[in-house]
Amino acid sequence: MDIQLTEEQELLRSSIQRFLREQYDFDERRKIVATDEGWSRRHWKSFAELGLCAAPFQENSGGLGGGSLATMIVMQEFGRNLVVEPYFETVVLAGGVIEDVGSPEQRQTFLPKIMEGDAIWALAWAEGRSRYDFHNVTTTARRQGDKFVLSGTKAAVVGAPWADKLIVSARTSGQQRDRDGVSLFVVDRHAANLHLQSFKTVDGRRAAELTLMKVEVPASQMLGSEGEGVAALEAARDRAIAALCAEAVGAMTELNSATLEYSKTRKQFGVALGTFQVLQHRMVDMFIALEESISLTQHLNLTLASKEPNGSKLASGAKTKVGYAARFVAEQAVQLHGGMGMSDELNIGHYFKRISSINVQFGDPAYHLMRYAQQS
Amino acid sequence: MELELSSEDAAFRDEVRAFIAENYPQEMRVPNPETDLTKEQSLLWHRILHKKGWIAPLWPKEYGGPGWSVTQRFIFEQETSRAGTLPPLAFSVTMVGPVIYTFGNDAQKKKFLPRILSGDDWWCQGYSEPGSGSDLASVRTKAARDGDHYIVNGHKTWTTLAQHADWIFCLVRTDPAAKPQAGISFLLIDMKSPGVTVRPIITIDGSHEVNDVFLEDVRVPVENLIGEENKGWTYAKFLLGNERTSMAGIGRSTRYLGRLKQIVRTEIGEDDPSFGEFIREIARVELDVLALEATELRIVAQMSRGIDPGPAASLFKIRGTEIFQRITDLTHQAIGNYGLAIREHPVSANRFMPGPDYGHTATEKYLNSRKLSIYGGSNEIQRNIIAKAVLGL
Repeated sequence: MDIQLTEEQELLRSSIQRFLREQYDFDERRKIVATDEGWSRRHWKSFAELGLCAAPFQENSGGLGGGSLATMIVMQEFGRNLVVEPYFETVVLAGGVIEDVGSPEQRQTFLPKIMEGDAIWALAWAEGRSRYDFHNVTTTARRQGDKFVLSGTKAAVVGAPWADKLIVSARTSGQQRDRDGVSLFVVDRHAANLHLQSFKTVDGRRAAELTLMKVEVPASQMLGSEGEGVAALEAARDRAIAALCAEAVGAMTELNSATLEYSKTRKQFGVALGTFQVLQHRMVDMFIALEESISLTQHLNLTLASKEPNGSKLASGAKTKVGYAARFVAEQAVQLHGGMGMSDELNIGHYFKRISSINVQFGDPAYHLMRYAQQS
Repeated sequence: MELELSSEDAAFRDEVRAFIAENYPQEMRVPNPETDLTKEQSLLWHRILHKKGWIAPLWPKEYGGPGWSVTQRFIFEQETSRAGTLPPLAFSVTMVGPVIYTFGNDAQKKKFLPRILSGDDWWCQGYSEPGSGSDLASVRTKAARDGDHYIVNGHKTWTTLAQHADWIFCLVRTDPAAKPQAGISFLLIDMKSPGVTVRPIITIDGSHEVNDVFLEDVRVPVENLIGEENKGWTYAKFLLGNERTSMAGIGRSTRYLGRLKQIVRTEIGEDDPSFGEFIREIARVELDVLALEATELRIVAQMSRGIDPGPAASLFKIRGTEIFQRITDLTHQAIGNYGLAIREHPVSANRFMPGPDYGHTATEKYLNSRKLSIYGGSNEIQRNIIAKAVLGL
C-alpha cells in the first residue's frame, strides 16, 4: 500500500527537488508572479528538459510511462514550492484528455509539443452558473458543413491567458442540463471572435473569462466522440483531483514544518510558543491531518493507476477529506504564526491561498462529500 | 480496501476467513459480546484459537506464537475484526504475556505463559489508582519486603473484568524515597490471596466491566517480581506500547457504520429534517475510516519493510477512538425516540426492550464508548506523546 518508489520515480523526485531548491525559491517565485506574464517560460523549458512534461504519458504516446504516480510526485513537489507554471492545466488536464479521448492524429499532433514544453493548454469547462457540473452547459456548437461554430461564455479558465490552445466544452445537442450532448473542441487561443478578459487569481496565477462569438472550429478539432464530453471531463476530474490532492499534500508538508519551526523559535511570555500544550495539540492535529491526507492521496493514485472501478467515488472522497484537512492545516498555520501569518511577505499566507484555490477547483469539499454520499 | 497480497498471503487470508466461518461459536453472537457473555462463554473462542495455535500472533514462536510475518498478523487482525469476533483477552495475551517472556525469568515463563495461552489464567491490570488518572507514575500502592514476601497495601481501580480474574499484574511502589518513576516494581499477584477484595464499579451504561481492587496486607512471594526491583516503570511502558498497537479498530468501525446506515435507511425518511445531516455525517465518518485504514495499510507496508512505525500507535488510538465514538453517537441519534431506552443489567432476553432489535444496544454503546478516549492513556496524553516524539516539542 505504501508507495515504495522505484528507482526511476526516486530519480524523478530528486531531480525536481534539486531543481526547485536551486532555482525556484520563494523569492524567485515572487518575482515570477510579479512579471507582466506571471509565469516563467525559462523554467517551463527546464521542466520539459527534466522530463516532467512527458512523465505521465504512456510510452506509446511518446511519454515516459509514469502515469498517475509520476503526476503525484511532480505535483507534490510543485505544491511544496508553490510553482505557478501551468503544469496542472497543460499536462494533467489537457494532456490527459487528449491522451484519453483524442484520435491517433490528434495525439500525434498535440502531445509531442506538450511533452517538449512547446505548447501551453487550458481546459475551459466551467460557466458562470454551472458551478461544478460538467453537464450544465449553455455554450453551443452548431455544425456548419465541415466545421462547428461555437458561441457562449466560459468562466474562470485558469491558465487561459498563457495558453496556445484551449479545450472548450460546448453543447452540440440537448438542453442546458442534459448529460448527453456536450462535446469538446480544441480551439486556438488566438482564434477569431474569441475574447479573453484576464484576471489574476488569488493564488498568483492568471485566468480568464472567455467569450466565444461564433468562433469557427474545424470538425477535425472535436476531441472524443460527439455528445460524450461529460464522461471525458469526469475522467479528467478524477485525474485532476489526484493531482490536486498531491499538490495540497506538498503545501501542507511545508506549512506544518514551517509552523513547527516557528513555534520552537518564537518566544512569548519568556518561553517558546511550542511549550504551550494547547498549541502542541493543535500541531499534533495538523500532523494527523497531513498523515491521513498522504494516505488517501497515495491510495487514490494507486487506485487510478490500476484502473480499479471505484476510482471516481474515491476521488470525491479524497477531494473532501484532503480538502478539509488542508483547510484546517492552512488556517491553523496562519493562526499559529500570529500577525506574521497575515503578512504577504511570509510564504505561509501564499500556501493558504493556494490551498483555498485547490479547494474550489473541480468541486469543493461539500460538493464532493455529497457526490461521495450519493454513491455509498 | 485491501493490501496487495502475495499468493501465499492471499491463501493465508482465505484460510483465516474459512476458519472463522467454520469455528466461531454461535453462542458468542449476542447483542453486545463485551457485556452479555459469561466468563466461560467468552473463553470459547480463545480456546479454539489456542487449539489452532493462533491465540498469540505477537508472541515469538519459542513461547507459543504462530511465527507470522507483519503482513500475516495484520491479515489475521483484519479478518477477525471484520468478522466481528470477540478478541482474546488483551490483558493476558497482548499485555502481561509479552512482559513475562521479555523480562521474566525462566520459572515465571514456565509457570505463566502456557496458562495464558490456554485461557486457564485470566489476567487483569493493576495500574490505575484513585487519583492517578493518566499519570501512572503516581502509583501509591506499597510493597514492603518481608523475608521471601512482599506485603502489599493499596487500592487499584478501573480494573477491567477483575471479577473474572485469576491474576493481577500490578505496579507497586517499592522505594518510597525514589523519584516517582524510579521506585516502582512490577508484581504478579494471585487474586485468591488473602487480603484481595474486588468491588464492582457500575459505569454510566449500567454495565459491570470495571472494578475497585483493594489490597490489604497481601503477601506476595518475591518470585512473583518481574525483572528487577524498582525497574517496573520500564516494563510498564513496554506494556503500554503493546496496548496501543491495534486501536485503529477499522473492522469494528466498518461493521458499526454498516449498521448505522441500515438504521438510517429504515428509520429516517427523506422528508425528515435531519435526513440530509445524517447522510453528510455518515459520508464524513466513512471517509475518516477510509483515511485511517489507508494510513494503517501504509504503516503495515512500512513495517513489513522493516521501518519503525514510530508513534503511529498514538495516531491510531486518537483517530480510531474518535471515529468509533462518532459512529455510536450517530447511531444513538438515528434510533430516535428509542434512544430513551437502555438495556438493564444483567441483560436477559426475557426483559422487555422496546423498538427494533438493531437499536437495542445503541444507547449503551454510545455511553460506554466514551471510555475509549480516556483509557489506555487518554487522547490528550497521546497528543502529548506525538508532540514530544514526532514534533520534538
